[in-house]
Amino acid sequence: MPKHDTPLLDELEKGPWPSFVTDLKRQAETKPECWDILGQLELSFKDKITHWKHGGIVGVFGYGGGIVGRYSDSPKQFPGVAHFHTVRLNQPSSKFYSSAKLRDICNLWEKYGSGMTNMHGSTGDLVLLGTRTENLEPLFYDLTHDLNQDLGGSGSNLRTPSCCIGTARCEWACYDTASLCHHLTMHYQDEIHRPAFPYKFKFKMSGCPNDCVASIARSDFSVIGTWKDDIRIDQAAVQAYIKGEYKPNGGARTKSKAFDMDADVMALCPTKCMRMKDGKLQIDNKNCTRCMHCLNMMPRALRPGTVKGASILCGAKAPILDGAQLATLIFPFIEINPDSDYEEVIEIIESIWDWWMETGKNRERLGETMQRVGLPTFLKVMNVDPIPQHIKIPRENPYVFWTDEEVPGGFERDVREFRKKHAQ
Amino acid sequence: MGYDPKNPMVDRITDIGPPHFEQFYPQVVKDNKGKWLYHEMVQPGVMVHVSESGAECYTIRVASARLISIEHIRELCDISDAHCDGFMRFTTRNNVEFMVDNKAKVKPLLDDLASRGNKFPVGGTGACISNCVHTQGWIHCHTPATDASGVVKAVMDELFDHFVNMDLPAKVKLALACCLNMCGAVHCSDIAILGVHRKPPMIDHDAISGLCELPLAISSCPLGAIKPAKATNAKGEEIKSVTVNADRCMFCGNCYTMCPAMPLADPDGDGIAILVGGKVSNAKSNPTFSKMVIPFLPNTPPRWPETVAAVKNILETYAKDANQYERIGEWCARIGWEMFFEKTGIPFTMKSIDDYRLAYDTWRTTTNFKFTSHCK
Repeated sequence: MPKHDTPLLDELEKGPWPSFVTDLKRQAETKPECWDILGQLELSFKDKITHWKHGGIVGVFGYGGGIVGRYSDSPKQFPGVAHFHTVRLNQPSSKFYSSAKLRDICNLWEKYGSGMTNMHGSTGDLVLLGTRTENLEPLFYDLTHDLNQDLGGSGSNLRTPSCCIGTARCEWACYDTASLCHHLTMHYQDEIHRPAFPYKFKFKMSGCPNDCVASIARSDFSVIGTWKDDIRIDQAAVQAYIKGEYKPNGGARTKSKAFDMDADVMALCPTKCMRMKDGKLQIDNKNCTRCMHCLNMMPRALRPGTVKGASILCGAKAPILDGAQLATLIFPFIEINPDSDYEEVIEIIESIWDWWMETGKNRERLGETMQRVGLPTFLKVMNVDPIPQHIKIPRENPYVFWTDEEVPGGFERDVREFRKKHAQ
Repeated sequence: MGYDPKNPMVDRITDIGPPHFEQFYPQVVKDNKGKWLYHEMVQPGVMVHVSESGAECYTIRVASARLISIEHIRELCDISDAHCDGFMRFTTRNNVEFMVDNKAKVKPLLDDLASRGNKFPVGGTGACISNCVHTQGWIHCHTPATDASGVVKAVMDELFDHFVNMDLPAKVKLALACCLNMCGAVHCSDIAILGVHRKPPMIDHDAISGLCELPLAISSCPLGAIKPAKATNAKGEEIKSVTVNADRCMFCGNCYTMCPAMPLADPDGDGIAILVGGKVSNAKSNPTFSKMVIPFLPNTPPRWPETVAAVKNILETYAKDANQYERIGEWCARIGWEMFFEKTGIPFTMKSIDDYRLAYDTWRTTTNFKFTSHCK
């Protein structure tokens, strides 16, 4: 039986999109605290403001993250959500699950929590939404002992890494994103669970420049698959696209006009590095920037090259505080090598952290530290020689920070000697 | 055994990480990982991936509300047990993917999904409106300027046909963040719905002494609007507190994050801004940020009609006007922002002119422009 009237929320039971209100009501039949979730949300809909208090530090022994404290500001009215802490479970790479695993998680959450979840949080964690402080330790015990699972990150630590589907079910992935994601997650358990950084730090791995996990927009350390050699072309399949036998763009548009090689592929190529000659597609691979457009348009005819690896970009973040930043290209190409336990990737990560943990200010993301010290300083820290790939355009102002050693004779001069030749 | 509250550290297990993903791969994925040749969308929401071995993996993509119950998850499990050997995955954009290894298994799965009401709409592939990446809003967050799940439900109800059909010029990625912290990373979305505050923080002099480190609160302000100040609390005691220069406040809310005694949410102050034209993919054009085109719409639960209408207007103007394969940002860049405002009929105001840091990069420094109705 509903505990509160929810006329406003009831409006959201209408319409073709799945209704979280209907879902909450169904769950409330067995988890009555869901009535109080609905009740408090209805009050927010009425008042046009949140009814959750600010923060509250809760957690499990020995961890500094993974649980986010939350308390209602109207606990007498809604006792079922007086405590409503979030538990972040580290998701399996690429978010594959078995029904057995999910049922175990559901049973755990039925026992210790509200029964509501987010599948998933934006960073990637499986989010269990709403439990009481006294349930946290027993939940963690069962989670680690019976489910063989662990918490993800929160606070100023390494946040739970995440990745795209990768080679598991994508022909474009230039490395096995799930394996790298899992390896780094296991390698850095301490950094995920015990905050020791200036601020949060995110890893995201995408298999190709289509970047399905938005790595370039939101990760401090972005690993995006790419290749070094020539795009592989199946000329017969190119002809099949031209003749209309294959659906362009993987059939992404139901109402596509007939495929037009000139208009749809070559004219939209950002480097104009393609042409048709004697009925064959030619690509000037030296001038190709591997943007993926032609591959996206003709997935049956074009494939990434065979010398595959990844570009490393650093410093993306959302706006708070100094404005949003996209990640900046630092390493154009590295091999992603599982045989060496990804040694090269790990070395790069650790040289960033060694420096950022010293230099980064409290609550300063890597991208902001990079902006504060400048890209040249960051490249020096990373022991990377500057190359034009690091910039969009060269400097437009004349203000170069020359150093004493770079100028013959240095900065020390004698003004009296100067005056002997140049009267005041 | 189980947890013993008297001996919390006994038999403690820590730092074991997530379960290994491989145990959750469907057989066809396990067998063909790294061998995929190409993929094609068979119909909206249904893709086939074809392997070098000739094997096929059919994926059926289903929307979810992201905020889902364990009862809903158990229903997903039932479906995957019946059709997919008990495997499934979730996407970055809150969809569920069911995979089968044979075309004959697709229709029974689709029929099963369709028989369960509106819980499992199939779509979200290709040139459609994507499922909405979003944050918590009023269901769980302490800093939101709007709700999340409610706004998303209202918008997606209206755009539903574009989710289950691939009838747009190109994919349109929709995202919502309920405040400027942007947990939903909406800053690079084709269409972004963003909760914004418009009133400076109040200062709770009765609570600030116990709750906040004043230097942290002061340094949290990117514009130096917060200064130390003496104040009197309810008991009549003079205490050390802070003052806010409202003229300098840009309503980012970072002070409230650092100091719970500085709340800024407000029923009339808070609402929604709309940003458009961002993308993360490198295809054709570079990744780019979304741009603010509507600075404020009111919070009007339960269905936020102003926000729904604004998003729909932008989407439909784009759908009518853009070239095939052109993302929203690419369309805006081609026609010019003056034409974007002309065609959508969205009023252009001072609020869409950047006056924060690096603003100059966004001012027009050329004689190349189009004469639209904006030139009087």
